[in-house]
Amino acid sequence: MKARAAALARLALATLLVTALPRAVSQAPGEPPAGKQSGYAWMARETRAIQDDALANPGMLSVLDGEALWARKAGTAGLACADCHGDARLSMKGVATRFPAFDARLGRPLNLEQRINACRTERQAAPALRYESRDLLALTAYVARQSHGLPIAPPADARLRPHVEAGRAEYLRRQGQLNLSCAQCHDGLADRKLVGNPITQGHPTGYPIYRLEWQAVGSLQRRLRNCMAGVRAEPHPYGAAEAVNLEAYLMWRARGMPLETPAVRP
Amino acid sequence: MLRASTTAAMLLCASLAAAQPAPGYTVTGDAIAEPLGGLRGDAQRGRAIVLDRRTGLCLLCHSGPFPEERFQGDLAPDLKGAGARWSEGQLRLRMVDSARLNPNTLMPSYYRTTDLTRVAAAFRDKPVLSAAQIEDVIAFLMTLKD
Repeated sequence: MKARAAALARLALATLLVTALPRAVSQAPGEPPAGKQSGYAWMARETRAIQDDALANPGMLSVLDGEALWARKAGTAGLACADCHGDARLSMKGVATRFPAFDARLGRPLNLEQRINACRTERQAAPALRYESRDLLALTAYVARQSHGLPIAPPADARLRPHVEAGRAEYLRRQGQLNLSCAQCHDGLADRKLVGNPITQGHPTGYPIYRLEWQAVGSLQRRLRNCMAGVRAEPHPYGAAEAVNLEAYLMWRARGMPLETPAVRP
Repeated sequence: MLRASTTAAMLLCASLAAAQPAPGYTVTGDAIAEPLGGLRGDAQRGRAIVLDRRTGLCLLCHSGPFPEERFQGDLAPDLKGAGARWSEGQLRLRMVDSARLNPNTLMPSYYRTTDLTRVAAAFRDKPVLSAAQIEDVIAFLMTLKD
């Protein structure tokens, strides 16, 4: 009886904590109404099979490129990623689940691509890689692959919070000539059909992705620019603060979902 | 002469037409009774606009009685019978500025160029469709009676 009362008290406390703590963020609009689902859930069986088979998944070629680049010296410092970080399978495990992350020195969040470039310019004394370049996508895919299957885990960093909030505002804001917000489609109309294709919940679970429409690997920033162009809004420049904020919000929104990099998408 | 220049203006492409001062309109109840700019729509041209996924954009969200068209949307009401469900004036307001009837609507305001955010440079200060194109679409939708 006493044990039961204690258990009840614990349950009450847990309920209180769960309902009190994340309320400010978790019950606001911008949250998918039902359970979270990866875009994978809406894919044809054939497309799923391509993603699931490491030998058939074209994104794995980018991962392999990244593996080679990881070990290759770059820049005037004569350092390879591996010289500082060692075996990526150990040192990079889980890292991609925590990006974008706040960079104290720059005073702003960096996404994984920007973090890799910061390492290049600051540690390797090498020129930054261009956004969407083959090498930047490859290194990003290789690092993210080391978190394959791990849950997305945005850092509980108070400095990141305002950026996540700004990203959420961007997600909810109607924009473009067609005057649509991200939320209108990806919260409200997920599972319905746009031009015959199901709208997904918009969780960035597998970037960089291999997109059949692109016939190439691409970043989340590229995918966001596609949606912006779709509503006839001015796409954010690659790596712009607003776009990284949006990325931070989307990763927060997808928290707990397993990373699928490199995902394959139609 | 006047007639010739009016016809020429109507034939201008959408981007040029947008540079002309866009004809105004008056909303009465849930409708715009008078055709935009007093223009008379052409149902054949309207059909082409509705089916063109880069011009009318209609089939991105709507389905319609077009069995030959693959990949239609299901985000909005089927266009089948639109001409029986609505009057010409009601359709006009729903195309011109649907948000006036429902602020949360997905339906873009096809004729509105203000109160928009971050519009891409190529589309800035231009309506999605010109007055003439909207009248064409309405003329076509009015033929969808069943």
